[in-house]
Amino acid sequence: MNAIPRLLQEVLLAAIARHPERTALVAGDARLSYREVADYACRLAQALRARGVQRGDRVVIFMENGWRCAASIFGVLLAGGVFVAINAQTKRDKLAFILRDAGARALLAEPHLARVFGPVTEQLSALRVLCAPDAEAWPAGVENLDEALDEAPATPPPQAAITLDLAALLYTSGTTGEPKGVMHSHQSLLFVLDSINEYLGFSGEDRLFSALPLNFGYGLFQWFSAVRAGAMLVLERSFTYPAQVFNRMRDEAVTSFASVPTVYAMMLAQDAKQPLRFPSVRLLTNAAAALPVEFIPGLRRIFPNAGLYKMYGQTECIRSAYLEPARAEAKPESVGHAIPGTELLLLGEDRRPVAPGEVGTLYVRGPHVMRGYWNQPEKTAEVLAPGPVPGEFLLKSGDLFRQDADGDFYFVSRGDEIIKSRGEKVSPAEVENVIYSLPAVREAVVAGFPDPLLGEAVCAFVTPREGEKLNVQQIKRACSERLENYMVPKHVLLVSELPRTENGKLSRKLILERYAALIAESA
Amino acid sequence: MSIKQTIRRYVLENFLFTDDESALKDDDSFLAGGIIDSTGVLEIMLFVEETFDIKVEDEEMLPENLDSIANLVAFVQRKQAVAA
Repeated sequence: MNAIPRLLQEVLLAAIARHPERTALVAGDARLSYREVADYACRLAQALRARGVQRGDRVVIFMENGWRCAASIFGVLLAGGVFVAINAQTKRDKLAFILRDAGARALLAEPHLARVFGPVTEQLSALRVLCAPDAEAWPAGVENLDEALDEAPATPPPQAAITLDLAALLYTSGTTGEPKGVMHSHQSLLFVLDSINEYLGFSGEDRLFSALPLNFGYGLFQWFSAVRAGAMLVLERSFTYPAQVFNRMRDEAVTSFASVPTVYAMMLAQDAKQPLRFPSVRLLTNAAAALPVEFIPGLRRIFPNAGLYKMYGQTECIRSAYLEPARAEAKPESVGHAIPGTELLLLGEDRRPVAPGEVGTLYVRGPHVMRGYWNQPEKTAEVLAPGPVPGEFLLKSGDLFRQDADGDFYFVSRGDEIIKSRGEKVSPAEVENVIYSLPAVREAVVAGFPDPLLGEAVCAFVTPREGEKLNVQQIKRACSERLENYMVPKHVLLVSELPRTENGKLSRKLILERYAALIAESA
Repeated sequence: MSIKQTIRRYVLENFLFTDDESALKDDDSFLAGGIIDSTGVLEIMLFVEETFDIKVEDEEMLPENLDSIANLVAFVQRKQAVAA
């Protein structure tokens, strides 16, 4: 095997060659060594190949945030496929959209999700569906995953992929409402993995903790970083039951903790009542949403021995910037500078560099930039701009930043209308589309409103059709049936008329201004 | 209304947005069913504290206490018995 991996799965194969019995993954009741993870992944790869999965085929992983999901990612890669991990909260319509959009060849699922995927996969006869046991009622055409694995050899099938081949489609919310599949090659993901591990300095002694979903770049890279470093990942399904999560962190004496501001806000609230301490943690990271400056002193109390890394990124390049702990104190509002081996540019409307200190759009340059959006050449062209070297593309982040004299970057505002709630991206259009599916709705506008715990709370402003009955419960129910629960509006306001601009357009800004007091009251 | 009815009605109205009793079984896991998440569990905790005049300690924020109607009812009953 090469000293420098060209394919992501080689990172796992290198780890089992060096330390097969070391613990790779702790999740729920499961404790898997590197050998066990590789064994599962190889059997899955063989089983997928035997079912027709070929180089470049997309395999959707619809599983809880647990060991099966983590091991399956490598299984799909070893089969030569492209993994598409999706949130276990995904509802039927969106699952159907992603399976069709990705042109999935196979679906890997878990039994308690059968009521979501069953009605969808029954309509897709060419899709192979493998589900972990035991489903109460197996939907038609579904195979028992563990039986398929038992029949398969635990050796990697022959690898034909090269580093330019796609490794993953990471679906992300878009402003138009339909999720987009961000295409990453083995090359782009391996590059960003090594860049991240370089600045965070993980070693084989580390025990990384994450309750972040594996379908999301920040969560996925907790797993990849651990495997690349030969370290252990302690993976929790979610942060829903904090006492359970904290016990696990103490029991495993975790050394790295990755999370988002909403979770940090909850920990600070608990610490205020009764001190919360994790002295084993040496590395603390924040991404997905800006960390409020006032959180920093409290986090230093909770994690007395940890260096805090503030990071910024997006699915289209995984990670763009970071600020190291030594400078976090001096520049609490900055997200720092480009990750190793990459460059960040601030450009104006004319795509020329802005003057020092001026606000510009952030462009990302480096081998970590995505290949584009799956099947969406127009949307790709909106964000991938020709770079300085022929054939190269810069990623237009869409976010506005400014830069100080040392070259450190400061977030100014988002360039689009995406809401960031609990660190998750929420597309207002996606929520509005669901609300408009109710016949009694005349107009609906969804916007983000500042919230101390969530960052932004999703708010829906709805006007009913004349003479029609509509209530808040109906709207929330429609949303909860069709959207992941972080997208369900926290506040729904029924109003008779929505404010418009002089040109007669609905304006999120005007609406938020008019109803700010009402939302604050209902909070 | 019994403890169970009170809790059921609250969860149905606030997380499933329905009054259809068949939408939730007493031993359905809130987490596995995607019914609540990390902010939802805080809302449930505040609700049982206020409604049943009990205090939920941070170390009691565990699935065995909170992750289904049945677990919540048993938890509230245990807390009330201790307080009585």
